[in-house]
Amino acid sequence: MTGGQAGRLRHPEHVMGTVVSFDVPSWARGPLGEAVRWLHWVDGTFSPYLPDSDVSRLGAGEVSLAQCAPELTEVLEACAAVSALSGGYFTTTPGGRLDPSGYVKGWAIERAAAMITAAGSAEHSVNGGGDVQCVGDRGSGQPWRIGIADPLRPGTLALVVAGRDFAVATSGVAERGPHIVNPHTGQPATDLASVTVVGPGLTLTDAYATAAFAMGSGARDWVESLDGYEAFAITSRGANWQTSGLRAYLT
Amino acid sequence: MRRVILTIVGTIAGLVALLSFKSHLPTAPSASVSTAGGSGSTSGTPAPSSSPSTVPGEFPMGSLAGKLPAGETAVTGHVATTVYGPVQIQLITRNSKIVKVAVLQQPMNTANDIQIGEFAFPKLIGETLAAQTAKIDAVSGASYTSAGYIKSLQSALDNGA
Repeated sequence: MTGGQAGRLRHPEHVMGTVVSFDVPSWARGPLGEAVRWLHWVDGTFSPYLPDSDVSRLGAGEVSLAQCAPELTEVLEACAAVSALSGGYFTTTPGGRLDPSGYVKGWAIERAAAMITAAGSAEHSVNGGGDVQCVGDRGSGQPWRIGIADPLRPGTLALVVAGRDFAVATSGVAERGPHIVNPHTGQPATDLASVTVVGPGLTLTDAYATAAFAMGSGARDWVESLDGYEAFAITSRGANWQTSGLRAYLT
Repeated sequence: MRRVILTIVGTIAGLVALLSFKSHLPTAPSASVSTAGGSGSTSGTPAPSSSPSTVPGEFPMGSLAGKLPAGETAVTGHVATTVYGPVQIQLITRNSKIVKVAVLQQPMNTANDIQIGEFAFPKLIGETLAAQTAKIDAVSGASYTSAGYIKSLQSALDNGA
């Protein structure tokens, strides 16, 4: 399950309905295992698809928030803040029932990366099915290079962004059709084919990407107003736009 | 060789690029599947769920093991079980580089599955190949069937790439 360049350890873990891929120093096998266990704990606690998860039981009214893991309170409070900041475009009930997945994945991955940092690594990345947290650089002073998939031209990259200590998250039309609903209309968001947000930490970067996709064409001004975050979008018609600071990440 | 290719597969769909191979990337999803005919799978690889065919844009369905030019090697992955159904792929390598990815099995239960397969697999295969040329560490994008694809890709590598 592992391989990679000398001195590096790569590990893909099947969890949270996707594959989370780690690129860590090879000595960090222990911290990697700890991070993997964390992700599985998050999955079991927060998955809306598992009937026994805290999220499912809370959503069904079987338990109170106080009876759930304290992390759920933390997550729901943070979701409320993102919802307010995004004018309601980010929601914890996208399908009508409690589902904070739009926040949880980025949060879980940023924290997994932080666990590996705490164990002493200054150069690693964690990619949760296309949402990436990069710590330090890729080695030898070289920035991490993240390709952004072009949703309208399968198999090609629309752009490459490069950086250190940064996060890249993309929201788009899923392969099973539109899956992000505009909470204000109840209809699937259709302005954009995909929007990528770049920022310091994956938790908010990922949540902002979700909100930006639901927002559609209005997302450009919104992300422009967020300090420390930039965006690149491909519209459904094949045009694209980017916020003014994105150029710092272009090579 | 194994280390090099495993590096490519390590991150989802994306994958470090070490190689300078020029691929024929699919450029658009296709709505039609044309039948290429020819023989089916060979040498112990499980049969694909339909007869071999090719979606325009370098998307072979079915094992290529029996029809490779000299110098190319086929490596077949285990069947990866996904919530939508089984996924199995095959890698064709030449000089330590992935030159082609064939899909042996994909979910085909509904019209939607077939449509997804036509869209998603060329995309993921293309990303794998594009990653080799763009020298990137990972790909950011929305994808659903990635998990099964990567699982199958990984097992193909584990089987001997």
